[in-house]
Amino acid sequence: MRNALKLVAVAVAAVVVAGTATAQSTADDIAKYREMIADGNPAELYEMQGEELWRTLRGPKKATLEKCDLGMGPGVVKGASARMPRYFKDTGMVQDLESRLLTCMETLQGIDPKLVIDGKFNSGERKTMDALVAYVVTHSKGDAIKVDMSNPKMKELYALGERAFYYRAGPMDFSCATCHGEDDKRIRLQDLPNLTTHKGAAAGWGSWPAYRVSNSQFWTMQHRLNDCFRQQRTAEPIYASEVTIALSVYMAAKANGGEVMTPGLKR
Amino acid sequence: MKMKLIVPLALAAVFAVPVHAASSDELDMKAREMMKDSFKETGIAKKHRMLQLDFQEACSQAKLPPTAVMKQIEAEQMKTIKWPSDGKYYGDWKEGEKIAISGRGLTWRDKADAENGGGCYNCHQLSHNEISYGTIGPSLLEYGKLRGNSDEMVKYTWGKLWNAKAYNACSNMPRNGDAEILTEQQIKHLMAYLFDPESPVNKR
Ligand code: HEC
Ligand code: HEC
Repeated sequence: MRNALKLVAVAVAAVVVAGTATAQSTADDIAKYREMIADGNPAELYEMQGEELWRTLRGPKKATLEKCDLGMGPGVVKGASARMPRYFKDTGMVQDLESRLLTCMETLQGIDPKLVIDGKFNSGERKTMDALVAYVVTHSKGDAIKVDMSNPKMKELYALGERAFYYRAGPMDFSCATCHGEDDKRIRLQDLPNLTTHKGAAAGWGSWPAYRVSNSQFWTMQHRLNDCFRQQRTAEPIYASEVTIALSVYMAAKANGGEVMTPGLKR
Repeated sequence: MKMKLIVPLALAAVFAVPVHAASSDELDMKAREMMKDSFKETGIAKKHRMLQLDFQEACSQAKLPPTAVMKQIEAEQMKTIKWPSDGKYYGDWKEGEKIAISGRGLTWRDKADAENGGGCYNCHQLSHNEISYGTIGPSLLEYGKLRGNSDEMVKYTWGKLWNAKAYNACSNMPRNGDAEILTEQQIKHLMAYLFDPESPVNKR
């Protein structure tokens, strides 16, 4: 299975490269790739690992995550990520999927969140996080994005997220809006969703976390945001920090009613 | 350029328990705190990058600032433009092409002494030959051929490359010269790329 998927990934890379010979956008190439692998997505490997990790005794407390409450009750994974970020009474905080998983890992398994927060993408506990995220988000695929905005904390984070979205800073004066504030724009051949509209937010928010063909990696939303801030030339956002949650609330609220397409498949 | 000093608002954070919906001013303060506290320094990407210049702050909303504010920003930005020290506006278009293609530089993975690219192709169509171009900015195909090389056009273009905000306060285009993204010599190469009749921008 692993090999077969690797082969497909190579074939796709070829499609994507060949595609640059015409002035069409990357989206067309990705569409071709999707057809090639029918309804398979290399993210399945991460999902399988994640399912196993969910049930594995880990951490100083030698416990599983089977009692983890993602907002739908202990252990319920189905539909959970479609409703996140959300306000959690027990922590008194709005949490996205990744920060909530950190809470579960800490309280149930005794794993120090710092291992993820101060870690590196694609290694150690962040790699564990990738797999867990892939597992959880697959169980909302096809659902409607359904983020409950009635809680005052959610409203506040939306307002903060909107401010973060337009916040220009750094040597290039960029904000998220520079690249994601208008319809039908691209950088090179990469289409940029207009995240200030329902349509664009549903397409962008609704298709992450995703498997990235160009580097054969599964990226969570925290990873996606980190790389956009890198391109924005800001300082580095701290993993699961307030700004990442606020931007997630902003995008998810705009996307409300759209379709969850996770795990997505991307360039 | 002058950095805006952001006063720590620790008190506000302590008292702003959300028993009531926060006012717009309170949210502005919280957002500023958030933009300070949510980031860390990595490599060359220092934390002070999260502070805003005055015009950056004025241009940080969905709406453009009022015309008068825009005019004032443009006048201030105009003063930052350095004209070529030897009076020569053009370098080598072949070098210019490399700079236009490269989008490298200034991220937390880049080295301090690395030469930055202009990233022009991220946002603009330029040459007849390069079809992988972005659309955040207008097409600059046949720039020199279409606009000619009057003193006025040459000076405008130099100024635009040095500091795009001098002509449009909230432009999406970076201030290549003013923010020290590109050197004077690199901007000369880009000028040649835009204006030289032999450059693939103008010659099919
Ligand atoms: C300088 C350009 C730039 C800036 C600034 C930027 N992004 Fe992006 N963003 C991109 C590019 C390019 C892609 C597509 C990446 C790819 O195809 O690999 C992208 C993709 C995304 C996606 C996934 C969209 C999809 O449909 O797959 C989201 C969500 C996103 N960005 C959010 C943000 C947010 C939030 C910010 C601000 C914190 C931001 N971006 C800032 C360039 C940028
Ligand atoms: C992030 C986007 C972005 C980047 C990068 C960028 N530009 Fe621009 N540029 C724009 C936009 C948007 C405009 C439209 C006018 C405005 O708002 O400033 C523009 C306008 C221009 C103009 C004036 C066009 C006219 O019709 O008067 C020139 C010349 C230009 N850019 C050249 C360049 C060159 C050369 C580079 C690379 C060094 C570059 N730009 C990089 C976004 C960008």
